[in-house]
Amino acid sequence: MTAVRCIDLCKTYRQGEQDIKALDHLSIDIEEGGFVCLSAPSGGGKTTLLNAIGCLDTPDSGEVWLTGQRVDTLSKSALANLRLHKIGFVFQAYNLIPVLSARENVEFVMQIQGIAAQARREDSMAILREVGLAGLEDRRPAEMSGGQQQRVAVARAIVSRPALVLADEPTANLDSKAADALMQLFRKLNATHRTTFVMATHDQRIMTYAKRLVRMLDGRIVEDIDQHHA
Amino acid sequence: MQLLRIVSVLAWRNLWRNYRRTLVMISAITLGVWAMIFMTALMRGMVNDMLRDGIRNLPGHVQVHEPGFLDDPGIDKLIDEPRGELEARFRASGVTDWASRIRVPAVVTSEQESRGVTLFGIDPGAERDISFVAASIADGRNLADAADDGAVIGLKLADVLETGLGKRIVIMSQDPHNEIADRGFRVVGLFDASLDVQEESAIFIGRTAVQDMLGTGDRVNEIVVQGNDYRNVAPLLEEVRQVAGPGLEVLPWYELDHYLGSMMNVMDGFVLVWMIVIFLALSFGLVNTLVMAVFERVREIGLMLALGMRPSSILGQVVIESLLLLSIGLVAGNVLAWASVVPLTDGINISIVAEGMEMFGAASVLYPELTARDVLLANAVVVGLGILASLSPAWRASRYQPIEAITKV
Repeated sequence: MTAVRCIDLCKTYRQGEQDIKALDHLSIDIEEGGFVCLSAPSGGGKTTLLNAIGCLDTPDSGEVWLTGQRVDTLSKSALANLRLHKIGFVFQAYNLIPVLSARENVEFVMQIQGIAAQARREDSMAILREVGLAGLEDRRPAEMSGGQQQRVAVARAIVSRPALVLADEPTANLDSKAADALMQLFRKLNATHRTTFVMATHDQRIMTYAKRLVRMLDGRIVEDIDQHHA
Repeated sequence: MQLLRIVSVLAWRNLWRNYRRTLVMISAITLGVWAMIFMTALMRGMVNDMLRDGIRNLPGHVQVHEPGFLDDPGIDKLIDEPRGELEARFRASGVTDWASRIRVPAVVTSEQESRGVTLFGIDPGAERDISFVAASIADGRNLADAADDGAVIGLKLADVLETGLGKRIVIMSQDPHNEIADRGFRVVGLFDASLDVQEESAIFIGRTAVQDMLGTGDRVNEIVVQGNDYRNVAPLLEEVRQVAGPGLEVLPWYELDHYLGSMMNVMDGFVLVWMIVIFLALSFGLVNTLVMAVFERVREIGLMLALGMRPSSILGQVVIESLLLLSIGLVAGNVLAWASVVPLTDGINISIVAEGMEMFGAASVLYPELTARDVLLANAVVVGLGILASLSPAWRASRYQPIEAITKV
């Protein structure tokens, strides 16, 4: 089944006097359980595509479908609801809410979803153990390393079992060891939970972890490689 | 419920991220609330004292007259004093304090001077708890009873007339047939009133002596009734109207003395304006604090919106943050105001400005009055306007686009 379908997406930004085509008639299908890496030089359109898929930004034209539902025409409120229940996010930085502990950050999305305290606590503790943060649940973001913070963000992204996890340069602020550990975690979660991962990066080493590598340039897909069978 | 909980937790913890700024704002709110309540208690005490004094300066709580008396207060508009059936009806209705008077314009003459005055024929026993005379005797004695034919005059009137205790004065007025009625009286007492106008223009003589002089028999032209609370005079007014019947005019003190009546209304309006002015000064600090707090957390707000939190929850978070700030300030301000007023129950001596204050009928000792109504009003003003003031930064926070907020530098 197709988790994400983008049809003929266009998005243009104005920078000073210049129009920049971030997405130029781009179409892509991503299967459920996929692990896709979007790769492009800076300004190549990978973050814009990620934002369009994540319902954080609307394209100028084209269609975005998530798990069989067209989303680019939905209201702000419906989009917020969709993000809450179907999509998990891992951003490059400023990923956690600083006044909440690791466990509270993981529980945040579940709390907005209205899940009862007991179930929230059990799920959050289980997922924190799974991402290797057992014993650190009461620490606040400022008391954790960058790698640990990203693991908390990953735990928050997957704890409520979303259909899709979007990660924008998740390893950009991590050292190579922490980056490798995070990628292995992504692979493991992708394998065990069959969660679809779409990740944007320009780090060559990180791209090798993806099953599918999509190279972009000037808002268009220039190469689509199935690394799983490569 | 879950949402309210997380929003409240975020609001509370965010409040203490910049604890210095929060403490400064709480101090400002505390001081503002204290100023609202404490200053209102002082003003309320002063005005209520003036009102009580004004009411004791003869109006009482309710008066009964022949219709038209107030426009032309002459001796021809006589009514029966509450005796026999009327007295029984007064007692049956629960009205216990009343006094019957003769009140007429008159001219008083001493050996040296003459002056226009208001002559009161009173029963001093009945007036004891209603008017100021008994408690204001500065020299000599008060009238002994309704038959006492001595005169009690003000210190200032004695000065003007160049007369004094033991000396005789002649009082001249009109009887019900418009004939001159006059008689000599000996000054037996001098009173010191809080209002100069009373001291200069009122003369008190036993009621029956005045009735004899004016030839009114045992009739009077004014009945004064006193209730328990001058602020809630409506039930008493209705009671007295029932007893007096439709042929008599029954009026409350605030219609008898419009100056006093307007003073009470003006005070209520002034208290509200005073509170709003203080809050407006406070609101600049409050709005600035919230704007800064929102500005510092743009990325977090973007993150929360991206994760699926609705804009209304972001708005609620900022409003709750403001409410928490206001609540802490309110509790501290209320406690401080209460702690400031309680030690002053014996009054504050303001004799240094007493001369100026006396012009308005205020006493030289000020007794602050902390009323639940004023405290509630101050709290309601702070909470109500505080929420209004916080809506602007809260609205701004809720309008951020998630992706723009997350990437904001």
